[in-house]
Amino acid sequence: MAESSAPPLPASVAATQALLEAGGYVADRALATTVHLALTMGRPLLLEGEPGTGKTEIAKVLAAQLPRRLVRLQCHDGMDLSSAAYEWNHARQLMAIRLAESAGVSERQGLERSLYDRRFLEARPLLQAIEGSPALLLIDELDRADEPFEAFLLEILADFQLTVPELGTIRAETPPVVVITSNRTREVHDAIRRRCLYHWVDYPDAGRERAILARRAPEVPAALSAQVVAFAQGLRGDEFFKPPGVAETIDWARALTALDKRELEPATAEATLGVLLKYQDDIARLRGAELARRVEEAHEAGS
Amino acid sequence: MSEGALAPNLIAFGRVLRRAGVPVGPAETLGAAEALRHVPLADRAAFRAALRATMIHRREYFEVFDAAFDLFWRNPEAPLGAFDPDEPPPESLPPAARRVSDAMPGAAPLAPPAAEPETREGAALAVSERERLNRLDFESMTAEELADAKREIRRLVLPLAERPTRRFRPDPSGPRTDLRATIRASMRLGGEIASISRRRRVTQAPPLVLLCDVSGSMAHYAQILLHFLHAVANHRARVHSFVFGTRLTNITRALRNRDPEVAFQAVSHILPDWSGGTRIGEALDRFNRLWARRVLGQGAVVLLITDGLDRGGAEGLSEAAERLSHSCRRLIWLNPLLRYAGFQPRAAGIRALLPHVHEHRQVHNLNSLRALVATLSAPAPNQGGSA
Repeated sequence: MAESSAPPLPASVAATQALLEAGGYVADRALATTVHLALTMGRPLLLEGEPGTGKTEIAKVLAAQLPRRLVRLQCHDGMDLSSAAYEWNHARQLMAIRLAESAGVSERQGLERSLYDRRFLEARPLLQAIEGSPALLLIDELDRADEPFEAFLLEILADFQLTVPELGTIRAETPPVVVITSNRTREVHDAIRRRCLYHWVDYPDAGRERAILARRAPEVPAALSAQVVAFAQGLRGDEFFKPPGVAETIDWARALTALDKRELEPATAEATLGVLLKYQDDIARLRGAELARRVEEAHEAGS
Repeated sequence: MSEGALAPNLIAFGRVLRRAGVPVGPAETLGAAEALRHVPLADRAAFRAALRATMIHRREYFEVFDAAFDLFWRNPEAPLGAFDPDEPPPESLPPAARRVSDAMPGAAPLAPPAAEPETREGAALAVSERERLNRLDFESMTAEELADAKREIRRLVLPLAERPTRRFRPDPSGPRTDLRATIRASMRLGGEIASISRRRRVTQAPPLVLLCDVSGSMAHYAQILLHFLHAVANHRARVHSFVFGTRLTNITRALRNRDPEVAFQAVSHILPDWSGGTRIGEALDRFNRLWARRVLGQGAVVLLITDGLDRGGAEGLSEAAERLSHSCRRLIWLNPLLRYAGFQPRAAGIRALLPHVHEHRQVHNLNSLRALVATLSAPAPNQGGSA
């Protein structure tokens, strides 16, 4: 059913790295290698990492750069077939029964065939990714779904096909590129892990984080950017309940720029700390002298 | 180096990982071999990433993998250089590397798994004897009585009050109509809807997290409570077990073995501090930061088993306990000290803990364990409730 053949995949690790770079994603060598392998080997890519390390972003940039149609499935607890894969449109089916009755059709098999027609099947993300033009399927935050859903996912990940009991098996002409992300609010089952290539998305080092900030928030002055990154990096080394992710660093840098700050200073830092840290215990740990000390350190590290 | 030399090296590398405790099977080795066809072999970073992405499925194993990789593919000039079994492993290795170098070929073979001890399903005890056993404090039991008690514990099941999920199953007397099934059934009658199919919400027991203190003051109880943990962990799905003294250790996987003796051997293998001091606050804080988000989803119930006697002066305990009680649906403290009629919450640790638990129960004999089982299976209040 593919309307067009898939665009070619990058030929080497270096090409993959360049492709991500062109899309605004600063990837290290290990990530580029894993992405390249997932594409060439046709295996799903499982990205695990703390929230805010840019896992979803990888999938979005890939979809935009390959280019592939992005199909996103946001997982949630108790997600079932009808919200993830497909759903029969019962209202239209009932209508079809009425019409058949009034037309005097009573032959059973004919009615059954016409009732379980593809027309009456509403495609949800999983089916959408298998049908139509080549897609990139993003299964976001798989840890939020429950175990029965993972079991169901196995069929799709193994053969890129979906079985609708009333209709038959629908197979992807071009297998979708599959990216799965997990924040580890629950352990993803081993069976899923074994089918995937695994990559742990870590917090970037200071150099890479500055590069990310320059790409994602070019309006932030260089000095402020360096200080904000140094500050956030310092928080990650210590044992906070929820250390800031890259997304938070970007938000914070933007917030400070919006306040016309060109340098990090304790008063504004304290006032805007809620952009960076999202738990009261963590914010409370940072008030006053401790904050001033860390701002001081960030100035030294960032200069 | 040719592909011919690569394959045996990969297989050997897989074996090294396996012996170091990383689950690596033929599928992983095959995947690695395929991956290596797509990366430049001279690029050591890409070579490492390719092996890691295909052979390792959990971050927990990264440390062992990296140590094994550095040791096995030792020569950075020629990344495919075979491992030399004659060269002794370097001294003073970090634990992960130690584990790996032990697993390298040439090292002493690992102890064979313990022979399956026969599982004795003990005959039921005589009534009067059982009565006595039920009330007897674990602390004052003889070895024989302990063995009996352990057998009794194995019979306890721990049903948690179930919570509704968002899934449905067919049920003729269910409260909701099932249109899909109704229409499918009508097909048999040529489109005539003769009866409405119905469905009902599936309920499921919430995850259970067990946090057990194994420090010196708990030593008498820890042994038997470990039996309790093992019985619970093997009887139901979604149980996570942790023990703590001065450090927090996840023993979920070790307890998964059905045979208690094999399971306990595995536990003692990974447990650094049997019967040492306790730093409850630190242990809970560690749990909050490293595990809470991963195991406390979907309305989890936490059983905290400790006497609340803290070596560290209860520092940070109150904050950690508060955070913990906010992160789960029910926090139940099982305290063997509570058996004394005149129990007063005097120790700093106990006073810090008490305001934040939803329930405070005794856990010193079989009867108290049975009572616990009874309350856990009763429908729970949603949140809050005082100790």
